[in-house]
Amino acid sequence: HLATSLPLPSERDHLRPRIDLVVFMIDIKSKYSLKNVETSLAHVDASFFLGKVCFLVTGVGRVNACSIETNAVCKLGETYCSPVLFCELELEGIRAATAQRLVRMLGICAGHIPGVSALSFVSLMRKSDDD
Amino acid sequence: EKADPQKTAFLLRKAWTLYSVTPLYGFRRARLRDYARLLGAFIAAEKQKGLAVEVGVELDIKVALSSLADIRGSELDQAALLVQLSSRSRGSSRNSEDKPVWWGWFCSVFGDELSENVPEHFTCLPLFLSHGAESYTALVGSWFQKTFDCCFRRLAISPLNLSWMVAMWAGCKLDRAASAVELVFSVPRLAQPLDISYAIHPEDAKALWDTVQKTPGEITQEEVDVFMDCLYAHFHRHFKIHLSAAKLVKISTAIASAHCDGIVKILHSQYLPGVLMLLTELAISQIQ
Repeated sequence: HLATSLPLPSERDHLRPRIDLVVFMIDIKSKYSLKNVETSLAHVDASFFLGKVCFLVTGVGRVNACSIETNAVCKLGETYCSPVLFCELELEGIRAATAQRLVRMLGICAGHIPGVSALSFVSLMRKSDDD
Repeated sequence: EKADPQKTAFLLRKAWTLYSVTPLYGFRRARLRDYARLLGAFIAAEKQKGLAVEVGVELDIKVALSSLADIRGSELDQAALLVQLSSRSRGSSRNSEDKPVWWGWFCSVFGDELSENVPEHFTCLPLFLSHGAESYTALVGSWFQKTFDCCFRRLAISPLNLSWMVAMWAGCKLDRAASAVELVFSVPRLAQPLDISYAIHPEDAKALWDTVQKTPGEITQEEVDVFMDCLYAHFHRHFKIHLSAAKLVKISTAIASAHCDGIVKILHSQYLPGVLMLLTELAISQIQ
């Protein structure tokens, strides 16, 4: 399910399936996309931030076109205890690899992988901070 | 250090194309005349090979290399190096003057970050600026690359860096009436390209920056963000367009103008060192 911003329209709440993972997409070439994500974050229930949210930064292939500081995005990831993935959608190989990663994460968040839960993402992140 | 305004006047009001240059190996300041002769011979030889730089007119290219002692930041910086190509048409009288056709200069203003870590026999002049025909730039560039084992790369300027420049330069104090602060945006993903030009009265821009900047002489990313957000919000209020979703491609102030393709024009001699310091930093980060 794709949305340009949150909150989702409430009229369709009863038709919507359970949401297992929220991926916030930030285009490094658009300051607006970062602002949009920041305001949308306020509409996400706190329980999602236990591993069911991740940030996907696109357009990183073109360093010379960036309008956003990568530090700002990393700080966002830290503040919301959620992983930040960087990718370049214009390159087919990276596009496919990123899609596979997201599907893998989704599988874990939906509880399809025995022995691994969404909470593992959170503890993985904390571990790298302490190092 | 203040540069002598007379000597550096030719640097102002010209559109300079920017490059980053890796350190030069085996460059000796005492051999400038030799280098000029060798470069002149190289250009003449390339012309003989048929790589004509000017079609139709027979031109002799004269090369001059000189040092611009005033253009440096600290004592650790190398003095700037100027390369000038002049033409004298054959068949004209002996008294004919040389006409300058191309300028290129290497400089380093507070480029300590690079020069600190460089081994012996290397000269650090990370910023290169050229003005004139691209064919001459290619010839001069390839001679320097062959002779001093260095590498030239076009220096592009990201929208992030352009917004730093406009915030910094719009906030500068100017004694006389200044020109408008202008930002040019390019709107992506349209069938026909669309450019939006946003002009702001220089006094309004400076007033805005003065309310944003907390410590004079210091600028933070947060302050630049607030400055730009105010400009975007103002524009959105009037035109319902989110400029933050478009690409900032060019900025123009009374101090200097800069284009994302790596083209700058410096308009005010007083701020020449400051502008060069920022450009040196960009060149160094591209090299590293």
